[in-house]
Amino acid sequence: MATYQEFIQQNEDRDGVRFSWNLWPSSRLEATRLVVPVSCLFTPLKERPDLPPVQYEPVLCSRANCKAVLNPLCQVDFRAKIWACNFCFQRNPFPPSYAGISDVNQPAELMPQFSTIEYIVQRGPPTPLIFLYVVDTCLEEEDLQALRESLQMSLSLLPPNALVGLITFGRMVQVHELSCEGIAKSYVFRGTKELSAKQIQEMLGLMKPAASGPQGRPVAPQDPSATCRFLQPVHKVDMNLTDLLGELQRDPWPVPQGKRPLRSTGIAMSIAVGLLEGTYPNTGARVMLFTGGPPTQGPGMVVGDELKTPIRSWHDITKDNARHLKKATKYYEALASRAAVNGHSIDIYACALDQTGLLEMKCLSNLTGGHISMGDSFNTSLFKQTFQRVFSKDYNGDFRMAFGGTLEVKTSRELKVSGAIGPCVSLNAKGPCVSENELGVGGTTQWKICGLSPSTTLALYFEVVNQHNAPIPQGGRGAIQFVTQYQHSNTQKRIRVTTIARNWADAQSQIQHIESSFDQEASAVIMARLGVFRAESEDGPDVLRWLDRQLIRLFMFHLRRSPFLQVFNNSPDECSYYRHHFVRQDLTQSLIMIQPILYSYSFHGPPEPVLLDSGSILPDRILLMDTFFQLVIYHGETIAQWRKAGYQEQPEYENFKHLLVAPLDDAQEILQNRFPMPRYIDTEHGGSQARFLLSKVNPSQTHNNLYAWGQETGAPILTDDVSLQVFMDHLKKLAVSSAA
Amino acid sequence: MNVNQQTPMASPYGQPQPGYGQPSYATLGGGYPDPYGPYNGPSTAYQPGAPPQAPRPSSQPLISNTYLAAAPPSYTQAPPPVSAAPSQPPPPSEPAAPQPYYGGHPALQQQQPFPSSAPLQSQPFPLSAPYSGPPPSSQPQTPPVSQQQSFPPGPPSQQPFPNSASLPGPPPVSYADPHPTQQPFPPRGPPPTSQTGSFPPTSSPPAQYLGPQPPSQPGPPPYLSGPPPRGPMPPSSMSQQQANHLPPGSMQQPPQPGMQGGYPPQQNGECTWLPTSLLSQASELPAVQKSRHRIDPDAIPSPIQVIEDDRANKSSEPFTTGVRGQAPPLVTTTFQVKDQGNASPRFIRCTAYNMPCTADMAKQSQVPLAAVIKPLATLPPDECPPYMVDHGEGGPIRCNRCKAYMCPYMQFIEGGRRFQCGFCSCVTEVPPHYFQHLDHTGKRVDCYDRPELSLGSYEFVATVDYCKNNKLPQPPSFVFFIDVSYNAVKSGMVNIVCQELKTLLDYLPRENPEVDSAVRVGFVTYNKVLHFYNVKSSLAQPQMMVVSDVSDMFLPLLDGFLVNVNDSRMVIESLLDQIPEMFADTRETETVFGPVIQAGLEALKAADCAGKLFVFHSSLPIAEAPGKLKNREDKKLVGTDKEKALFQPQSGFYSNLSKECVAQGCCVDLFLFPNQYIDVATLAVVPVSTGGSVYKYTYFQAETDRERFLNDLRRDVQKPMGFDAVMRVRTSTGIRATDFFGSFFMSNTTDVELAGLDCDKTVTVEFRHDDKLSEETGALMQCAVLYTSCSGQRRLRVHNMAVNCCSQLADLYRNCETDTIISFFSKYAYRSILNTPTKTVRDTLVNQCAQILACYRKNCASPSSAGQLILPECMKLLPVYLNCVLKSDVLLPGADVSLDDRAYLRQLVSCMDVSESHVFFYPRLLPLVKLDGGSLPMAVRNSEERLSKGGVYILETGLHLFLWVGANAQQELLSNIFGTPTFSQIDPNMTNLPDLDNPFSKRLREIIDSFRSQRSRYMKLMVVKQEDKTELIFKHFLCEDKSASGGASYVDFLCHMHKEIRQLLS
Repeated sequence: MATYQEFIQQNEDRDGVRFSWNLWPSSRLEATRLVVPVSCLFTPLKERPDLPPVQYEPVLCSRANCKAVLNPLCQVDFRAKIWACNFCFQRNPFPPSYAGISDVNQPAELMPQFSTIEYIVQRGPPTPLIFLYVVDTCLEEEDLQALRESLQMSLSLLPPNALVGLITFGRMVQVHELSCEGIAKSYVFRGTKELSAKQIQEMLGLMKPAASGPQGRPVAPQDPSATCRFLQPVHKVDMNLTDLLGELQRDPWPVPQGKRPLRSTGIAMSIAVGLLEGTYPNTGARVMLFTGGPPTQGPGMVVGDELKTPIRSWHDITKDNARHLKKATKYYEALASRAAVNGHSIDIYACALDQTGLLEMKCLSNLTGGHISMGDSFNTSLFKQTFQRVFSKDYNGDFRMAFGGTLEVKTSRELKVSGAIGPCVSLNAKGPCVSENELGVGGTTQWKICGLSPSTTLALYFEVVNQHNAPIPQGGRGAIQFVTQYQHSNTQKRIRVTTIARNWADAQSQIQHIESSFDQEASAVIMARLGVFRAESEDGPDVLRWLDRQLIRLFMFHLRRSPFLQVFNNSPDECSYYRHHFVRQDLTQSLIMIQPILYSYSFHGPPEPVLLDSGSILPDRILLMDTFFQLVIYHGETIAQWRKAGYQEQPEYENFKHLLVAPLDDAQEILQNRFPMPRYIDTEHGGSQARFLLSKVNPSQTHNNLYAWGQETGAPILTDDVSLQVFMDHLKKLAVSSAA
Repeated sequence: MNVNQQTPMASPYGQPQPGYGQPSYATLGGGYPDPYGPYNGPSTAYQPGAPPQAPRPSSQPLISNTYLAAAPPSYTQAPPPVSAAPSQPPPPSEPAAPQPYYGGHPALQQQQPFPSSAPLQSQPFPLSAPYSGPPPSSQPQTPPVSQQQSFPPGPPSQQPFPNSASLPGPPPVSYADPHPTQQPFPPRGPPPTSQTGSFPPTSSPPAQYLGPQPPSQPGPPPYLSGPPPRGPMPPSSMSQQQANHLPPGSMQQPPQPGMQGGYPPQQNGECTWLPTSLLSQASELPAVQKSRHRIDPDAIPSPIQVIEDDRANKSSEPFTTGVRGQAPPLVTTTFQVKDQGNASPRFIRCTAYNMPCTADMAKQSQVPLAAVIKPLATLPPDECPPYMVDHGEGGPIRCNRCKAYMCPYMQFIEGGRRFQCGFCSCVTEVPPHYFQHLDHTGKRVDCYDRPELSLGSYEFVATVDYCKNNKLPQPPSFVFFIDVSYNAVKSGMVNIVCQELKTLLDYLPRENPEVDSAVRVGFVTYNKVLHFYNVKSSLAQPQMMVVSDVSDMFLPLLDGFLVNVNDSRMVIESLLDQIPEMFADTRETETVFGPVIQAGLEALKAADCAGKLFVFHSSLPIAEAPGKLKNREDKKLVGTDKEKALFQPQSGFYSNLSKECVAQGCCVDLFLFPNQYIDVATLAVVPVSTGGSVYKYTYFQAETDRERFLNDLRRDVQKPMGFDAVMRVRTSTGIRATDFFGSFFMSNTTDVELAGLDCDKTVTVEFRHDDKLSEETGALMQCAVLYTSCSGQRRLRVHNMAVNCCSQLADLYRNCETDTIISFFSKYAYRSILNTPTKTVRDTLVNQCAQILACYRKNCASPSSAGQLILPECMKLLPVYLNCVLKSDVLLPGADVSLDDRAYLRQLVSCMDVSESHVFFYPRLLPLVKLDGGSLPMAVRNSEERLSKGGVYILETGLHLFLWVGANAQQELLSNIFGTPTFSQIDPNMTNLPDLDNPFSKRLREIIDSFRSQRSRYMKLMVVKQEDKTELIFKHFLCEDKSASGGASYVDFLCHMHKEIRQLLS
């Protein structure tokens, strides 16, 4: 018998699922008492190199409101060629193509190792991927140049048959026509006027006014020649487009002293969404927004163009002083849901020293499964690498991206779905397994995830609905099926089905078992997501209080201090950015985000992980901290002096050189795989950048507890925050007090 | 303060003014090299008012000095030779003495004496006043006593005449046919308007009055002819009358010695009277008609005769403007102008050079008081453009109260420390830097060194106070908007425009030919969306930016839209090469128009400059956009009371838009290429309100219309113009500018705002009395135009004009200019049709004209039989010209005239100058006979009867040019012209004559070229073969004939007019 540890690992590897509890309390009452709900982190497209997709349609339960997919947990009568649905218990005949089925000749989906299986299905003609670049031209020349190069470079990364389009914006919005020879042609829109999708399409000449479809039905894409003017196969236009990007000028409108450039991000996005909506609805498409500052005019503006009015801070938001916040947020949400309906995902690449309005715009990506990348400048490797990594390929040479996904969850009767948290929107599919208690995005059994990557992970929350007085028979199992339909990056339509089951346990008699089935890591992440979700929608302090109440038993010291919940010292944009990534990364990455990893390199032994504590900061060590967003290499005081003295250059100190290089190599490895690219910081004792490290470590030594002063045990942190020790002490007190 | 008054004694005629000529005013403005030179004229000129001195002596003043003198002499008198033309000392201006000359004075040149008194008396010779001895009003009376006396007595009075007659050799007696006796009278006939002294005796054909042909009608003068049978009047009686009145027939009169000097170059004559005897009684139409054929067309006033006489008399001597109240030569006469204190007639022409003193008189006479002003008129090479004056940082010196600019009418007082305004009499301090001592005559010593003190027209350098937003202006920009819809591409327009622009852009207006033009250019193409082009010099290829959001126009780019031609030449050429290709296969047929103008406006706003938009447009803008139009052409409405709505714009959109354009100084020129109704009435609103032009090429075809279009375009692009202009007309107390006609916008009642003002545009101003005028001071007007030059300099152009005032109606009638009156009437009528049914407008015109003539008959002419039609000499062509106006396509459309054509002509006429409107209404028809020599053949009257089957004629209207070939034209002639001797082989579709190597062909082509160069629009040549279908079009322009649309013939109309007059009189 495997340990839970192994079991959990095995499940995660096979199905991409991690549950908070691996034994489920069998009644609603007991489940509620557990505080952490039955829930899981699910990675729909977890990479499974060992899983060959099958090339046929899945077999579905014939009950109209069930439609569960045939899976290894179903009971099968090989003689009668009948299978029983393990969710609704409907008995279904096999389709004719399964006539040859028998004990020894089973289809893949009945084999236990295929609890996760992927089908390739034929649904209409394959449609190429679409990449629509939306580029801000109000940039400094240096930034623009770097961006131009990145964009030009990206053309070579796109699949040749992918369609590509270009929209640039500044004070005006230009939609560039790519098919023309000679004169570069673009359609221009003023940046202040909101247009309906229909108007946009008319103005782009995408439909004949007379041919507009009947009410309510979107007009079908018109003749391809019209649409292609803006979206062209890369292989046909890469020369053109390269030139076009090369000639991309900074926004020519003069920016008076004391003003921000006028940036029509809102309209640009609405045109991008409208363009795709009109031409390629329900087709995988990626809108990539590159912006160098906040939207300053038109709908969706985040701040006015007067420089004397600073962009909203948390302080303004708290005081309800952020004039444009609500309106802009609402505007972008509306856009995001339109894009989501059509299965288009939106990426935001924001590079500026100041905020760029991510707080308002985040939903564009959050709801459509797009990426957000935040940096200081387009001329940094952080942006360049991140952008390049969007187009990374998997072991099959396919892009690590999928489009237009829908995730459907089916549960056995004792369970209902409360909701999901992740880069998804509800499809409002009601069904018998929808719980009335919503956690996250609830009220549905289906979610749309417009953009997926192998690491995209959703947290799903369930509710045990079985009543206490209706015990589940011994050995009963609860089952959950995840059905993910998506467009693969090679344009195939695929369906991935994961079916899992867990045993029920009576909480009174088997509390020990349940306890041991607790997955601390998963729970931490799951609860953290819930916290972030709340933080997004509620006021900060309230959430902290809620969290304290909920998590008091969970020891989530670091989470409390993380930017996900604590907005102090972080701009609204940064918080949005951090949260965005937190709700979609898989468990491992999420844990790093919650509790950064600290490695120590020294002459005393091989590199070792050390406590994230100020006590770990010693002069003769090199520390490597990975917070997911930042990668900090910190040279202790002595090491820094040595390095400055140039010992590493001398042959006799080669070992020192090795020591210096070791963390760099490790960092490099992380940098290569991490998406988005973390901010890479190389600093040393006393360096200004050391603050990244100091702000993360547990302040076990501060200016307040001087007793440790002068010892060789670390560095004091100047903070008023409580240390873990204090936190723990307090926690213990609370935990044993009756009030808990 | 008129010129006249002051300096009464002023210069003696002969003396040259010291200093006058020499000063070379450097031209401030800089561009013009010309020295002030031309300016030197005799300063004295003004003094016409001066007391009469030598009455009639023929003494001729020195040539140099006299403006008055010199000039006058010549015209009038018959004394043929120049020499003869002595300048007469001007008679005393104020005529006190009534002169009775009415009677038989030779109308023409005779100046009118002051009619007041004697008018009636003169009756005996109602016609032309034989000579009014005294010079025309301008030169007031000096009428020798004798003359006066003579007149009263009536016929016999001639005594005076006799002299005259004797002088010039040829007594035209012959013409006068009937009554030899009368001969003595100076013939009035020929309006000897011309200044030239030489009066060819021959010229003066009596033609005017009725038939000159002696032979045919022996007895009764031609005029009468008709009636005899039925005419109530016994022939004899008639004859008598005639005798009285007519003497006219006698043509030329010898110059009367006395008169000569006196006559100002006016054509004034007195009255001509026409004996339309015919209908005398026959008031009924039928009768008229019947009688019509009996009237000899040669017996009624002939425009050709008048034109020829004026040309003969006035073209040789320069016209000097120093004399107040002096009418200039006719527009058909070629003459040189010397500015001596009043604006040249090239800038300002008035309907009357002797305004009635009171509103009552004005109302009684019904003669419109108006000035046709062409502020930026181009002058011939031998005349100097207005000098530039810079008064320094303080800006031009102006009257404190009425703000009139410094001009010759300002009188300096108190030793030069102050000046009194001639307009409002307010006294203003002279700024120290402008102070100058006065001489003993009260004139500033530097008077002749300063254009603003001695000239009628000049320019000021404007200071920043005269600029919008107190900021010196930027040089203007030109933006080209090319329609690229299906029709435009198919017709070849797009291709032609693009090709042409490539070279034309090198000829953008500039003030100094050595320097590149400062004008920047931009390009837009459009159908139902607009395509802007970025042609920044740094680009390898132009970039097109499509704006489809036409509902709310904006400018999609800033940098790179308006560029300097030289900097961006490569990109522009590439663009112009590609435009035709890009749209070669377009299937878009719909267009927008409102957004196009809006875009241009936005562009100029963004660039913070004034400028001009050139819009090349092909079809009714029906695409969904602001300013969208619908087809409302409805032939059924023509002729009804609802017709007027068709001339009004469909909506207020364009009016509002034009207001914005004017505010920005955005002038719009519209080139239309319609294949069907395009609603010119609406589309022209913006051009018309912004001082722009409309060109229309219906059924444009590249092969045949290319040349016309390109020439128009070239001229339009290159012509000198001002931008963002404001014009204001100030007048002396007593009259006021009340109404304005032309292409402009007015936001208040006094300021004429012109986004653009080019050298061809005129503004017509009507004046009304608001008080009494005085004969002494006359009436002054000052037209000041503030504008931005094509190099971006802000300037003020000032034109001053002084006219006389009279308390006698006869003076008024002697100093009118019929061409200008007609020009005014046509503009007035063409505007009235917007609000009044067309028929009412026509009736009003006829009525007013009848009142004018009736008033004359009643107050100025000698009593005579009611059946006698008596016309003032200088208005004797009023009926024929008025008839042309009434018959014009706008007021009386034929079935084939489209609404668009009418709307087009309507706006075109509104800003024509007098010479254009003249030829427009009464086309020039020349027989192509002998073309040797430098002169043109004499024109013939516009009647089919005058065409000979064996001849070839050329007809010019200013818009059209026809070559009519008679069916029996001589082979030699045809060979010379067409290169083929056979009539049938002539290709009627040719638009240019073949380039043949014979003197006749060369000369003919030269003539055609010269015609074209005289007009602001290129005339396409149309060859019309007699009996061909196209002859109908040609015949349409034979305006003395009955027209297909129902317009009366000249004779019929004259009868009708006579009837109207009689009704008024009875």
